[in-house]
Amino acid sequence: MIPEKKIIDRVALDKLYESLKAAGNKMFAPVFRNEQTNFEYNPAATEISYSHIQTTQSVKNTVFPKIENLFRFESSQKSVELVQIDFTKVPRVIVWNAHPCDAAAFSALDSVFNWDYVDEIYNARREKLVVIGMSCIRADENCFCTSVDLGPGAVKGSDILLTPLANGKFIAEILTDLGKSIADENASLFTASNGENKEEVLAKVEKQFSHEKVTENLKNGFENSFWHEFSLRCIGCGACAYVCPICTCFDIQDESKAGKGRRLRCWDSCGFGMFTLHTSGHNPREVQSQRWRQRLMHKFSYQPDRNEFIGCVGCGRCSRACPVDMNILEQLVELEKLEIAAK
Amino acid sequence: MDNLRKKAKELLESKSVDLVIGYENGTNGKARAVFIKDPEKTGKLIYDERCKQNLAVYLNKHEVKHYGRIAIVAPLMVMRSILVLISECQVKQENITVLGIGNDGSFLDFQSMEVVEKYISKIPLGNPEPDQVIIDKLNAMTMEERREFWQNELERCFKCYACRAACPMCYCLRCTVECNQPQWISAPAHPLGNLEWHQLRTMHLTGRCVSCGDCGRACPLNIPIHLLTMQQAEEAFHMFGVRAGTSMKADSALSTYKPDDKENFIL
Repeated sequence: MIPEKKIIDRVALDKLYESLKAAGNKMFAPVFRNEQTNFEYNPAATEISYSHIQTTQSVKNTVFPKIENLFRFESSQKSVELVQIDFTKVPRVIVWNAHPCDAAAFSALDSVFNWDYVDEIYNARREKLVVIGMSCIRADENCFCTSVDLGPGAVKGSDILLTPLANGKFIAEILTDLGKSIADENASLFTASNGENKEEVLAKVEKQFSHEKVTENLKNGFENSFWHEFSLRCIGCGACAYVCPICTCFDIQDESKAGKGRRLRCWDSCGFGMFTLHTSGHNPREVQSQRWRQRLMHKFSYQPDRNEFIGCVGCGRCSRACPVDMNILEQLVELEKLEIAAK
Repeated sequence: MDNLRKKAKELLESKSVDLVIGYENGTNGKARAVFIKDPEKTGKLIYDERCKQNLAVYLNKHEVKHYGRIAIVAPLMVMRSILVLISECQVKQENITVLGIGNDGSFLDFQSMEVVEKYISKIPLGNPEPDQVIIDKLNAMTMEERREFWQNELERCFKCYACRAACPMCYCLRCTVECNQPQWISAPAHPLGNLEWHQLRTMHLTGRCVSCGDCGRACPLNIPIHLLTMQQAEEAFHMFGVRAGTSMKADSALSTYKPDDKENFIL
């Protein structure tokens, strides 16, 4: 569809939120709690944060929750009976006030979960997902969306993208049919646009590196000594992967009691030593430098090659969450600078 | 600071050590760990109030251990962690040089680990004051209130294991939470699995925790899990009169049997 531009003020925006919530949608909006901001289900409109730069966690758990029930089972001595879960009953979720980096990350997830195996539960959740984005008027030193082909006002992935103006009103860009249906159903809350320009208010995020050059260096630098240097500090936890909007590694766990149980899909991380440990005892990624290399390689070499996207939206969450200052932006800038001979 | 840098440089130049672990200026105003092999780079070393990470965690890291003899910048918590690691045969005393940092931030030139032990024996030990205040508040609650507090806090844990990775004493190659034959505790990050995980970790650290607080600092979700192991550190001291990280000899409260152990905890 051809995008439309409207204006909505703050009072009307709260009304829109409450009306979508009252209509039975599960709202997923950012709230400040425990000294950080994170998305929560169905907060009151008054609880929603509009002042944060970035939430600690991403919004990927709307479609890829930290624990996903895949099916139930009941086993007796002779047989195992599988009880499928009716995925059609997943609720409609509206991600409210997600920054453009988060909105853009969904297309990467779509690609991963439909790459060869078409993931039924992921797609069931994704089809019911609506994204109301919010452009960034502020950024911090960890943000680098413009270095990965996105930006503080990027429309990718949003059904409606809001941009806060200096006068307290918001530009609402209606971008998809889904967004249009929401705008049409609540038409009285919007007013006509008067040529407001979002570029004037957007955060300034300088481009810090060329991702093409990073990818090229990664291709030629698999055996380079910088992996060891870069990763000595890394303690091998999963904080970076768990807050990342694109990291999708998972582990399968069965939980059962007296033969009855369920199979769960749980978040996992390639940073963990156990991640690639074989039953033989051999571990192809024996040390942390190999695991850290895998993390950057996957995002900036393998995914651009195989899935045609960069596995990073520049949200900076991993750098903020890292307990030991493994700053991904610093490392990507260093990687770009390296002079590595092409093979 | 100059004394610290000078000493680190001397140690590397004379090849008395192969690596110096210390703190440097990181990104965005943070301090972080640095690993120095070249004596000319010892000028990077810093020490100030931002230097909170317990660097002893690196002594057991495969790639770091590989270097051989290590000098490590060590405020009190790091010194105590080193003693625990020596007592548990995780690092060799002769491979470690302590670049001590006093409570006032000054450099302490220790000649041997025995001197480190002696230094620690003269310092009153216990949990950091602000943490102990919260622990006292929790202890004053009813059991139900306390359970509710912890259920609320632990519910949001997503099991990234930053707490475990940041802890020098969590060095098991295979943690109980990762054993699945049999499965001792629930691996998924649901409320029960989270409660089981943090209880297990707390029990495993009882009498071994030096109250550095790094598990809580590492938590990306601000869950104050350090209060659990700190509470147990006090408990172990009151019951057995032992504080972790005061001696190179194995004397851990829960793994050392003594005929005169108090048994008043048996119901």
